[in-house]
Amino acid sequence: MNTPSATAGHAATPAWKEWLFTTDHKRIGVLYLVGSMAAFGVAGLMALIIRLEQMNLGMQYITSGTQYNGFLYFHGAAMILAFLIPGLTGFAANYFLPLMIGARDVAFPRINAFSVWLFFFAIILALLSFVIPDAPDIMWTGYPPYSITTAGNTSFYVFTVHLLGFSSILGAVNFLVTVIYMRAPGMGWNQLNVFTWTTVAAFVLQLIFIPVLAAAVTLLLFDKYLGTHFYDPSAGGDVLLYQNLFWFYSHPAVYVIFLPAVGILFEIMTTMAKNQVFNYKAAIYGGIWGIVGIAGIVWIHHLYVTGMPDWLRLGHMVTTLLISVPVGILTLSLWGTLWKGAITYNTAMMYAVSCLYLILLGGLTGIPLALPSLTLHLSETSYVHAHFHFIMALFSAFALFAGIYYWFPKMTGRYADGAVATLSFWCNFIGVNVTFWPLFIIGVEGMPRRYWDYQMFPQFEPYHEIATYGAFIIAVGMLLQFGNFIYSAVAGKKAPLNPWNSQSMEWTHTQSPPGPGNFIDDVVVDENWSPYNYNK
Amino acid sequence: MRLLTATLTMAATVLLTTQAFAAGDLANPPEAWEALWATVMFDLYIIGGIMTVLAIYMLIKFKAKSPEQVGTAKKLSTAQAISFALIPAAIFMADDFFLAAKGWTVWNDYRRVPENAMEIKVTGYQWYWEFEYEDGTVTEELVMPVGQPVVLRMTSEDVVHDFGIPHYRVKEDVMPGRITYIWINPVEANETIVQCAEFCGADHTNMWTAVRAIPQDEFDAWLSANAEDPTFDIGEWRTNWTEQQTSQGIASR
Repeated sequence: MNTPSATAGHAATPAWKEWLFTTDHKRIGVLYLVGSMAAFGVAGLMALIIRLEQMNLGMQYITSGTQYNGFLYFHGAAMILAFLIPGLTGFAANYFLPLMIGARDVAFPRINAFSVWLFFFAIILALLSFVIPDAPDIMWTGYPPYSITTAGNTSFYVFTVHLLGFSSILGAVNFLVTVIYMRAPGMGWNQLNVFTWTTVAAFVLQLIFIPVLAAAVTLLLFDKYLGTHFYDPSAGGDVLLYQNLFWFYSHPAVYVIFLPAVGILFEIMTTMAKNQVFNYKAAIYGGIWGIVGIAGIVWIHHLYVTGMPDWLRLGHMVTTLLISVPVGILTLSLWGTLWKGAITYNTAMMYAVSCLYLILLGGLTGIPLALPSLTLHLSETSYVHAHFHFIMALFSAFALFAGIYYWFPKMTGRYADGAVATLSFWCNFIGVNVTFWPLFIIGVEGMPRRYWDYQMFPQFEPYHEIATYGAFIIAVGMLLQFGNFIYSAVAGKKAPLNPWNSQSMEWTHTQSPPGPGNFIDDVVVDENWSPYNYNK
Repeated sequence: MRLLTATLTMAATVLLTTQAFAAGDLANPPEAWEALWATVMFDLYIIGGIMTVLAIYMLIKFKAKSPEQVGTAKKLSTAQAISFALIPAAIFMADDFFLAAKGWTVWNDYRRVPENAMEIKVTGYQWYWEFEYEDGTVTEELVMPVGQPVVLRMTSEDVVHDFGIPHYRVKEDVMPGRITYIWINPVEANETIVQCAEFCGADHTNMWTAVRAIPQDEFDAWLSANAEDPTFDIGEWRTNWTEQQTSQGIASR
């Protein structure tokens, strides 16, 4: 029905306006992707500067320790709060969760749009720290009293956390309501995609724990600018109160990142192995919800060397070790999904396989850190630094990139696979190992984190040098990768609607990219439908 | 009644073991650390090895022969599904409790201060350490007599620091408004470093100084000399240390 007036009405809306005022979950997902990748780019640049500075003894490129601390602050805060969390729960959940459950949009599309713009304001606020005098230099953790006594502008940190927290809470409510009320008629809880489950779990964690972080940083703001004494021991406050509140949120935040990443892996591995999820119910109710259940009672393992009472440190040693039970069940399902599969390899699957290595390495190197006695030496060393990069940063980022390759044909109608994709994969995979293995080794010997110089350990210099080369191998890989994404989106090889022959609803029921409203007809499923129904 | 007897016997055993521990040789935490590290690493190599071999085997063995091929794994029966959850859970839990018990024992070594320990007060400042001995002497280096266990009572005058000595495999935060402790058993003469391990600002990197264990008679002489006028030149000592370390291996112990 292309009446002339209707066409004219459409043409009157310019593209920028369509994107600016969009309430479509797919466009909002793309906005999250663009924002989080921009944060990743800038924070990645910071990482290169940090590695260059550590490459040799003495001061190389920076002009003061405070400047270096500013880079460290931005790298950590932006990577976690503006890249990993929005990339996984913003982009991936926004674009694909409604498609997976057969919904035409999320429950509250306008609130969804509000969430993404809050996220963009937070990024702008964070980036402003490069132009203001006295940028924040308090690490992403912002421990008082340093964050209160420093000349750095702590309020930029606090308000960034507020904006992102508000955005995430709104997103959490939105997606929980969407999954509960907007599933396609006939779709039972045990028919949901694993990615849907992991996203629900991540948003439940956000909803429970973000308010605690928001309170913690708000008190920081009051202490610094309004003269209160919540964290000031000289007036009856306590410096450890902040650390407890901060990690009460920030440990669960690790699972907010980890769980959706695992969800993406399950989607890719079931599709590429043409197999069902091994022990689905155990993975969901034992693995995912087991992690959610235990997430809030392990945070003291971040405070093992802060003089907490012995009973608390040993109690949290036991709960921390017990995380291995739900994580183990989830990992076993991941491995089992390959069993008797029919595996085809492409870029997405290569990233997924490398994630199996990263989850194993990152997870197992965490076990020594569960023991307070070993942590008495390992805490705050580059061993910890390498461990959490492997499990949180690299594992989750690789899973996110795997997801981008996997869903690229759905989002653009074109493949992103090819020689450049393969080359960039190998650069990234080799690069992360070259960067972080040396840090494990010197960490066990005592190399501390957050140092720009190490005159006490001159013999570590070659290790730092190798790690720096690794960082530049990753940089080459990432440049190739983003070049490839942009090129492929415009001129990549055209893909059919369901290029991987997946059974999941985002592939079987939609166009590429899906139009407004996602589905041409309303989706109805019966009790035999499953997103993993390959061996009929 | 039998239950009561059993409980009492167990309690008595625990009590006796504790007594025996207290009366026995002095613990050496860094050695216990190394042994525990070796045990945990062995544990990790086994788990990591099994999982790696499984993954590689499946990734090769189950490669699709044709694009149309689908996976042939059957849906698990209820009994199988429960077993595949509970048996691994039990194995992981057993391993967890094994590691927890080992870790707990070493923890006790680290936290139980011997009764004859010499007390030294440590204060952290942005960005240097200060040590106060029992006779009131204040220095910028930590010196201990060999064979004399030392307990450090630590606090900070400004922000959170962390007192970490890689050689002795120990560290603990140093905070304003709180007093924390660690103890060290300097079993042999040695020269090493303490460094700040908790981010504390612009010169966090430069907050390190000497930790020396010297024979008792040398220590006494050192202490009385320092009581009048501290002799330690931190700049000179650091330069020498860096020069001397450059040719050393990376092992800090």
